[in-house]
Amino acid sequence: MPLHVAVATRAFKRYSTYVGATLAGIFTNCVFGVIICFVYLEVWGSNPDAGGYDVTDALTYVWLGQAMIMTVAVWGGGSPDDLAERIRSGDVAIDFYRPVGILGWYLAADLGRAAYHLLTRGLAPTVIGGLLFDLRYPDGVGTWLVFLAAIPVAVTVSFALRMLASLTAFWLLDDVGPRMLLGFVALFFSGLTVPLVILPGMLRDLAFALPWATFLQVPADIWLGKTTGWEIVEGFAFMSGWAVVLLGLCSLVLRRAERRVVVQGG
Amino acid sequence: MVDYGRIASLWVRASMAYPASFWMMAVGSFLMTGLDFVAIWVLLRNVDDLGGFSLTEIGFLYGATGLGIAFADLFVGRVDRLGQMIRTGRLDTMMTKPVPLLVQVCADEFALRRFARVLQSSIVFVWASTYVDWSLPRALVAAEMVVSGSLIFFSLFVALACVQFWTADSSEVANAFTYGGNQVTQFPMSVFPSEIVKALTFVLPIAFVNWYPSLYILGRDDPFGLPRALQFASPVAAALFLGVAALAWRTGVRHYRSTGS
Repeated sequence: MPLHVAVATRAFKRYSTYVGATLAGIFTNCVFGVIICFVYLEVWGSNPDAGGYDVTDALTYVWLGQAMIMTVAVWGGGSPDDLAERIRSGDVAIDFYRPVGILGWYLAADLGRAAYHLLTRGLAPTVIGGLLFDLRYPDGVGTWLVFLAAIPVAVTVSFALRMLASLTAFWLLDDVGPRMLLGFVALFFSGLTVPLVILPGMLRDLAFALPWATFLQVPADIWLGKTTGWEIVEGFAFMSGWAVVLLGLCSLVLRRAERRVVVQGG
Repeated sequence: MVDYGRIASLWVRASMAYPASFWMMAVGSFLMTGLDFVAIWVLLRNVDDLGGFSLTEIGFLYGATGLGIAFADLFVGRVDRLGQMIRTGRLDTMMTKPVPLLVQVCADEFALRRFARVLQSSIVFVWASTYVDWSLPRALVAAEMVVSGSLIFFSLFVALACVQFWTADSSEVANAFTYGGNQVTQFPMSVFPSEIVKALTFVLPIAFVNWYPSLYILGRDDPFGLPRALQFASPVAAALFLGVAALAWRTGVRHYRSTGS
């Protein structure tokens, strides 16, 4: 455990070196947030109850989405990208004979990264969005805590999915294609392009059952107070269920992959 | 131009070395750009119109700005890797070769899959065009719109990449203007407050990518009551953008001193 904490803090520090990149990213998140807010103002202006959200919910959702893009790494990135690079170069052999599991090591690194992105690219756009628009905030300490607890679970689900894409490099050598495909599915089914609540019937039900719903929709509904009481327990069961299943899949794939690795002597 | 083609075809051959990955990327980019429009369709299902514009009219705006950024991204999108080329010293190597530097930077790692975006935008544009009441002047303005739009995004890509001559790790600022500019013009300007529209007309004239020529082609009155001449001014905006981009690139290259690595 102390080892994994150390890995996570190193990852946190590594990302915090690039101050210019962080500021640039925050600026970009804010520009997109403002654009989407004006569009949603128009939509919820003429249909004040679309998807069961009111206009304040919708605007808050926009900024939560901007906050989650990097934290949950919707587009991809984070430690699974590093692993893909090591698979291509062959350095992954070293990872295999370390006395700690690959999954735990990379998960810790990704959680460290997520913590950094939450405190910078998560917090800053939300604060700026709150200054520009009238937003809704969790209505009590309990809701805040439940929301904060949901984030690491969401990151873990996202990590396992990104890991699966990276592990295809063992077979395909070039994993850019699978990673891009995953990014496109994630972008839509996380509810980043439009809130999942306003999707039509069947598509909505499908989207709510898929693992990407954990990225933004489930945490956002906790923040907005749409999910209360027993539903929160259900929400967490849904999120951790996906986390366990996907991590299990990762370790299965890793075991298969291990047999494919050929270390060249010399 | 010939040099660009030669470098680009090399990279196309290289990407074909991993066919599974290539096709996944091609299909991925096609679907990814398509989902933008699905999102607009989902929004429009919940309301009658957006800012007084119908789905087909928004499709026209969407297709026009999509074509603009797609062509620019296909040919010069790689310029946003300038910082990385500076860091690794590759830019120095390029400077010693007898091909214009900008051509080499833009053709580097040329990705044919980016054509998927052109295709997807074309489909929406053609579909939306079938609802337009065409005439010769309107067709001419449409052609002029796509060319000007591409040149405006081309200039944005190049000019903003030049920031990386000074700060190598802030390449993402460019996205706010290129992809942000694309996002803002996917919707009718009537959705935004008039201050923003005026800024996008007179300060950073991105609205000329599609909004003003489309008003003419769709036969709509300007909701903000701005002069009609603006609807034909896209080439002027494109020329201004090109001028600024050329200036930025020249200044950047002149200022550039290798990292020494």
